[in-house]
Amino acid sequence: MKLQKSTLLALYSVLEFAARPDEHIPASEIAEKYGESAHHLAKVLSELVRAHIVESVRGVGGGYRFVGNARRLTLLNVIVLFEDLTQQLPPPPAPASGTHEALARVLGEIDQITLATLGAVTIATLLKDIADGREALARAERAAG
Amino acid sequence: MADEGRAEPPTMTTDTSSPRPRARKAAAPAAPAPELRIRTVKAGDLPAVVALDATVTGLHKAAYWQRVFRRYGINGQGQRHFLVAVLDERVCGFAIGEVRDWEFGAPPCGWLFAIDVVPSARQQGVGGRLLAELAQRFRREGVHTLRTMTASDNSLIQSFFRSQGMRAGHLLPLEMDIEAEAPPPAAAGRPRR
Repeated sequence: MKLQKSTLLALYSVLEFAARPDEHIPASEIAEKYGESAHHLAKVLSELVRAHIVESVRGVGGGYRFVGNARRLTLLNVIVLFEDLTQQLPPPPAPASGTHEALARVLGEIDQITLATLGAVTIATLLKDIADGREALARAERAAG
Repeated sequence: MADEGRAEPPTMTTDTSSPRPRARKAAAPAAPAPELRIRTVKAGDLPAVVALDATVTGLHKAAYWQRVFRRYGINGQGQRHFLVAVLDERVCGFAIGEVRDWEFGAPPCGWLFAIDVVPSARQQGVGGRLLAELAQRFRREGVHTLRTMTASDNSLIQSFFRSQGMRAGHLLPLEMDIEAEAPPPAAAGRPRR
C-alpha cells in the first residue's frame, strides 16, 4: 500500500503530538524534523484539527497539542482523512465475462486485510512499539560498547 | 477449533456503577486494591464462566462449557490450559488455550481459543494478565509462539491483541462456502493411450 505524502506526514505528526500530550509543539518543529514545508504541514494539521485529533493554540508558547484518545485512535482513523480507501476498479473494458469480477474479488480480499490491519493498530500501540524499538537499539549499542 | 475460536475484547468499557463518594465527609482510609489472581479453573468457577459468556454472546451454553471444562479443565494442564482471573474472590475473566503440534505444517505452538473479561473489570489489565499467564505456561511447555484468530471486522479485539504485542503471522486463514454441492470436475481431455 502506497500512502500519499500528506497522509504520511499526518501519521508522523499525530505520533509526535501523542508522544508528548502535555506539550504544545510548534508546527515548525515537525516541519524541520521531517523536511516538509510549513505550508504543506499547515494544511495537514488543519485537517487533524478539524477531526479533533489535535488542537492549535496561538500566540507565544502556542503550537499543536494531541487531544485524541491514543488508545482508541487507529491508523485507519487518520488515514481516511487523507485517502480514499474505497477505490473501485474502473468499469470492465469488455462485456461481462467474469474476468473483471474475479480480479475485483482478489483485490477486495487485499483491501479487506489492509483495512483490518490499519483499523486495529492504535496510536498507543504504535508509540509503545517505537519506545520498545528505541530501547532495544540502546541495549544493542550498550552491548556493543 | 472453530467453535472455540471466539476471543472477546477484554478492553471495552469501564465500570461506572460505583457510587460517588459524598462531599465533606472525612475520607476513610483507602481500602487496599483487591488483588487480581490468575489460576487454573475449578469446577466451582463454571457457573461464573457460563454467565460471563452469556453476558457477552447472549447465549447460555452450559452444556458446551461442561465439555470445554472436561477437555481443558479436568483433563487440562500440560498442553491444555483453562485459566480464570479472580478479583475479590469473583471470577472476572477467563482464557483457554492449547499447544498444538504440527498443525498446518507449523512447529508446535500455543493457540489461544477464547479470552473474555467481565465488562465491569475491563481496562484494568485483566486480559493482559490472562494472556501473559497463558504465554508463560506455553513457554514452560517449550513453545515459543502464541497464535490466535479473530474476525477481520472485530477491530476492538484485534487492537487488544496488538497492544499486547501480537502481529500478523505467517499463517493466513482461508475458507470457502461448501453449502452448495460442487459440480463434478470437468473431463481432463482424452485419456492417453
